[in-house]
Amino acid sequence: MKRVQYEHSPIPYLFVAPQIIIIVIFFLWPAAQAIYQSFLLEDAFGLSSQFVWFRNYSDTIFSGAWLQAAGFTIIFSTLVTFLSLGLALLLAVKANEVIQGASTYKTLLMWAYAIAPPVAGLMGNLMFNPLIGDLYGFMNAVGFDFDHKLDPVDASFVVILISVWKQVSVNFIFFLSGLQGIPKSVNEAAMMDCNSSTRRFWTITFPLLAPTTFFLMVINITYAFFETFGIIDTTTQGAPGGATTTLVFKVFQDGFRGADIGGSSAQSVVLMVMVLALTVIQFRFIEKKVHY
Amino acid sequence: MSGVTLKSVRKTYPNGAEAIRGVDMDIKSGEMIVFVGPSGCGKSTLLRMVAGLESITSGEISIGERVINDVSPSERDVAMVFQNYALYPHMSVRGNMSYGLKNRKMNKTEIDKRVNDAAKMLKIDAFLDRQPNQLSGGQRQRVAMGRAIVRNPQVFLFDEPLSNLDAKLRVQMRIEIKKLQRRMDVTSIYVTHDQTEAMTLADRLAVINEGMVEQMGAPMELYSDPKTLFVASFIGAPQINLIPVTYDGKTLNNGDLKLAGFTNLPENTDLVLGVRPDVLTHNTAGQFGLRVDLVEQHGGENLVYGALKGAKNEDGDELEICLKGGKEMLPSLDESLQLSFDPATAFVFRKDTGERLI
Repeated sequence: MKRVQYEHSPIPYLFVAPQIIIIVIFFLWPAAQAIYQSFLLEDAFGLSSQFVWFRNYSDTIFSGAWLQAAGFTIIFSTLVTFLSLGLALLLAVKANEVIQGASTYKTLLMWAYAIAPPVAGLMGNLMFNPLIGDLYGFMNAVGFDFDHKLDPVDASFVVILISVWKQVSVNFIFFLSGLQGIPKSVNEAAMMDCNSSTRRFWTITFPLLAPTTFFLMVINITYAFFETFGIIDTTTQGAPGGATTTLVFKVFQDGFRGADIGGSSAQSVVLMVMVLALTVIQFRFIEKKVHY
Repeated sequence: MSGVTLKSVRKTYPNGAEAIRGVDMDIKSGEMIVFVGPSGCGKSTLLRMVAGLESITSGEISIGERVINDVSPSERDVAMVFQNYALYPHMSVRGNMSYGLKNRKMNKTEIDKRVNDAAKMLKIDAFLDRQPNQLSGGQRQRVAMGRAIVRNPQVFLFDEPLSNLDAKLRVQMRIEIKKLQRRMDVTSIYVTHDQTEAMTLADRLAVINEGMVEQMGAPMELYSDPKTLFVASFIGAPQINLIPVTYDGKTLNNGDLKLAGFTNLPENTDLVLGVRPDVLTHNTAGQFGLRVDLVEQHGGENLVYGALKGAKNEDGDELEICLKGGKEMLPSLDESLQLSFDPATAFVFRKDTGERLI
């Protein structure tokens, strides 16, 4: 088929140029650098480097520390995603039913959105401080032998708690607007068709929220993978014994603390491929089950 | 089947606004009742109170012998058709129709039978596996009706079900709803603001105004024997001609306009004379004159609009009235017509209370 061709003006290219330039400078160029450096091995003083093919990859992927970090990342992201989505959904459903003082209630729930992850981490650090931390005192007072400086499970609990708390507000906003997007008459029709409100929720409300949930799941997994760096860096810093080290935090540790540029680049390339694969899976398999 | 009874039903919102101000009604089994009134009159609120979607402040609503004030909507044994269809967008047509039955733990063969029967009756059996967004407005409306029919309820509730359809489809669906209701013989309450829809569908009409039933009766009864000015002006298309007048013991007067043939009316009181466009006749010995402004040709009949000579409306402007004639009635613009009517076919209302005197 022959399409009608019009003469193109160069102006549209000018308009998209700033975005393209940003992507090239801040994503494509560093990514290319990372791929290039992942094949190099530097000496301890950074004076010379040699090309080592895939040795950096095999060294990192088969190391116990990397596998530990990968395992923690999977558990951590799964828990953070599900807990923050679940809690936010519960809060949104309840807030949607509130009639009096609804806007105050909603504003209070959205507040945490304005807090940056490192700040959230610092706040968590204070609350879990063994000397003055209220939550630290509380956990021990109710009978747990709680010490996040020594116990891996306790340390994971701290970072997960802070990460979830920080993310619930964002999810809450999206779920609430999703709930308000469901036509009132559809809910009323369901009320006449189904007596159990729990069943109504799972058969009508939840399926209609599926697009929102899917979108939030993608956002939350990305958040758990990357943005929680700030929280981990300001609280546990991967301790004890690397038990709360996520893959991103390990890239940072090996590259900037350990000065192993090659190894850290190889890790970041692997991470990039993992996230790419995850995104493809999400869109391929889950999106099909979502009704827009 | 059973009827619906409303006993001094009231609805007051927390802010003090009174939506329904004492409604008594006795709907017989199998009857089709239409609530009609201007927007904001409370007709939808009243319907939603029967459905259970609005709480009842005081009074009592019962279906058959059962008082349903505190019964949840799904257990009242009523089915409702919504204005915007309210189909479940994530379910197929079959899913939409069977959802209410599944939740009532009906067995699968019975569900399939009911869905197939209803689909056949509504001519949507070809679309059972489609999603609502693949259907046209008329088809969605049918699915919404199907969802109500399969429930086989004691009462059908219709909340302006046709107002989202185009004019032609609306007339067609109106006829189908009426036929369906006759065939199924289910007590129905139908809410509309369209008086033509109300007149044609209803066994009995309830004209609702400001939260109260102004008058209830068969459509023709309301047309020819309205109890109030509001009912007279709401029922009938084209609208009844309303002429503000006073009575001096002999004639009804408005400026130079004097109409004889009326007796037993209060003097020195503001009255309103109501004359239907179809009782006005054109003859050379007429009682009053009309200056033609506009002629609307509707095919079988013509509507002539013009200013009533010598009379003024409340604002002191020309008083516009309408006359219905046959298709041969084709006066030219600004032509003067002499008109008359039989005083026995006209209504006289008190202006302040709206009460009908003659």
